[in-house]
Amino acid sequence: MAYLERILGEHPFFAGLDDEHGRLLAGCARNRRFAAGEYLFREGEAADEFYLIRHGQVALETLVPGRAPLVIATLGEGEIVGASWLLPPYRWMFDARAVTLTRAIGLDAACLRGKCEVDHHLGYDMMKRFLPVVVKRLHDTRLQVLDVYGDD
Amino acid sequence: MEPEPRARTTALIDRRGLQALIEALADEGYRVVGPTRRDDAIVYDDLADLDDLPAGWTEHQEAGRYRLVARDDQALFGYAVGPHAWKRFLHPPVETLWTAQRDEHGLTFRSPEPAEERFAFLGVRACELQAIAIQDRVFLEGPHVDAGYGARRREAFIVAVNCGEAGGTCFCVSMQTGPRAESGFDLALTELLEADRHDFLVEVGSPAGAALLERLPHRKAGGADHRAADAVVARTASRMGRELETQGLKALLQDNPEHPRWDDVAERCLTCGNCTMVCPTCFCTTVEDHSDLAGTRAERVRLWDSCFTLDFSYLHGGSVRQSPRSRYRQWMTHKLASWIDQFGTSGCVGCGRCITWCPTGIDITEEAAVIRATAPQRRDP
Amino acid sequence: MSMATTDPRAAGPAPFVPQAYRVEEVTRELADTVSLRLAPLDGARPDFRPGQFNMLWAFGVGEAAISISDVETDGSFVHTVRAVGAVSGALAGLEVGTRVGLRGPFGTGWRVAEARGADVVVVAGGLGLAPLRPAIQALLADRARYGRVAILVGARSPETLLYPEALAPWQRRPDVEVLVTVDHAGADWAGRVGVVPGLVPRAAFDADDCVALVCGPEVMMRFTVAALRHAGVAAERIHVSMERNMKCAVGWCGHCQFGPAFVCKDGPVMRYDAIADLFSIPEV
Repeated sequence: MAYLERILGEHPFFAGLDDEHGRLLAGCARNRRFAAGEYLFREGEAADEFYLIRHGQVALETLVPGRAPLVIATLGEGEIVGASWLLPPYRWMFDARAVTLTRAIGLDAACLRGKCEVDHHLGYDMMKRFLPVVVKRLHDTRLQVLDVYGDD
Repeated sequence: MEPEPRARTTALIDRRGLQALIEALADEGYRVVGPTRRDDAIVYDDLADLDDLPAGWTEHQEAGRYRLVARDDQALFGYAVGPHAWKRFLHPPVETLWTAQRDEHGLTFRSPEPAEERFAFLGVRACELQAIAIQDRVFLEGPHVDAGYGARRREAFIVAVNCGEAGGTCFCVSMQTGPRAESGFDLALTELLEADRHDFLVEVGSPAGAALLERLPHRKAGGADHRAADAVVARTASRMGRELETQGLKALLQDNPEHPRWDDVAERCLTCGNCTMVCPTCFCTTVEDHSDLAGTRAERVRLWDSCFTLDFSYLHGGSVRQSPRSRYRQWMTHKLASWIDQFGTSGCVGCGRCITWCPTGIDITEEAAVIRATAPQRRDP
Repeated sequence: MSMATTDPRAAGPAPFVPQAYRVEEVTRELADTVSLRLAPLDGARPDFRPGQFNMLWAFGVGEAAISISDVETDGSFVHTVRAVGAVSGALAGLEVGTRVGLRGPFGTGWRVAEARGADVVVVAGGLGLAPLRPAIQALLADRARYGRVAILVGARSPETLLYPEALAPWQRRPDVEVLVTVDHAGADWAGRVGVVPGLVPRAAFDADDCVALVCGPEVMMRFTVAALRHAGVAAERIHVSMERNMKCAVGWCGHCQFGPAFVCKDGPVMRYDAIADLFSIPEV
């Protein structure tokens, strides 16, 4: 089994992936490494890659005029970075900065979208993996918005 | 177990005997309290003699309505219950819990001296005996004991009266708390008012009751007297103004916190708290702290409170129960359901006070019946 | 009618009457939060179980239920108080040497010993770390008797993280996993940003054999319980600490009712399965 195919299958996001799909996805994958402080992507850029974090920590940030960047969320080992690659106009909505040295698998978005379109079984499998993550983040964001710890 | 009523010592006294009872209790140092007419209602207050009892009066009670009406006889106990309950003596509306004194050396807390007062309650109805037993569980049978309540309760002498008249909002039969006093009294009376006599069948419920009876002019009660007393109670039992189906009631309420009827009742409920004030078992309180201007002396006072106030459930940031709907639901569900989880009995004794004294005539028996009739069927477990 | 049973407890100490304590030390924890170290003026501090609370009384202002957040070997209680109302504001403003009233401890505690042999997940949100700190101390003092220990801590922001001086040594221990997250942070915060329930899948514990202790704002506890349940933790092995209005602390005033429970005596620490049905009903 090819190296990329193996580490792809070891990532929690792809737990239980069948071999056929693993081979297809590995064709879109590459290894990525981001030094601390380096950006995976910036707001407004083309969302052309989807990341599976293997090691390290990534902060999703946004700029507020007159203030230091605000961190919306941090993502770590075993998590995924990026949703905007899935939907037009394929532009990032936030900055993603490596807080520490971060190793990831990058999946080429156009390649991935193309394979999902051709093989709907693959596409459906991807959706079943992707949607729970998105929904969980939506719930977390709602809880964050509630500001449950009160005024400071 | 209490003995069967028939196994109890009984005797017959007349009005003179009742007067002697009041005098004997006062003579023993009791503060004698019982029903008397005041402010167009029958309330519980000090009794000096027989004339203080509301002879010849009865009440008409309906949802949101209470009127005194003259009877065509001179019955002394020819009514059900008014706005007062005995809790106002055992669990008073205002009670100092402690005082604190602060000086340069320290801070000292002092409990108030226990009151010398011993109460004799005359005219306690069967439902009210149960109400007292229910409050005993709250204040005496948990991990902590309310010493003030305990002292008042221990010292109290209780003369029960079996009801000869059912109120328009009574449902003690449904709650299995009356109309006959079965236990929890020193003496129990049944008023026997016939064309040629005005007597009271006396049942002895305790050694203290037996001793007191010995001091009263009394005569032997015969079979006819017992049958007459039974008939009085049986007639009252057959004339209940309300009924409440208790079968499955606890689960019904606990399973239906979102029933639309709660919204309906909230349209009518003023959240005034009258029901909780007149209820003989409602025990909730709040506290107030008072201090002098010099900042050397403070005291803490306990006051009756009501779960109908917004403040009752206040937690930093707001009240847990904001809506009238949730507050009525809390009261009724507590009374008829969660009380059973907490204390092993229903919190309702069927006295009907909450119905009578509700300014908008909300009827707990009706609310329960509507929820029962319209609740979705319970799923099988 | 004298009661059928004579009651020997009637002679016991009146639970309403406080004992006088002296403020020995005031530590500012957060902008609106201080810790008070309180020592009894007479006699010894009563025993307590982690998770219990005391009623603290500020002269002339009133009384509030405050959880016990630490004890000192000199026989004092530590209470962490956030100024949110008249009474807590007065308590948070006390100076060293002031006398206060204290009665307690009251309520149920964390069933720390029940977790022996199992993994333990402690989840604290905001000031919820205060009543959990004695439980964590008890766990760590007897560390060998437990499986893996994970401490998950959430706060609004890095500035409002409680007890950083206590967290640091826990974080250094190799036998404890401490995960900290904040809801909001600037880019200068190198730690996690995200809600505390999100830490649950990141912690290492055996969902089939663990005990979870959860304390924080009620919404945070609901989300955390959902995350724990999703991870496979049984409802009866999740313990939460509830908060309600309290006046008497012994089940007589009625204010703290939460369904059939009196939070003051059946809680504050309650097993989740006992209250699961009530947890999501509004205004119970």
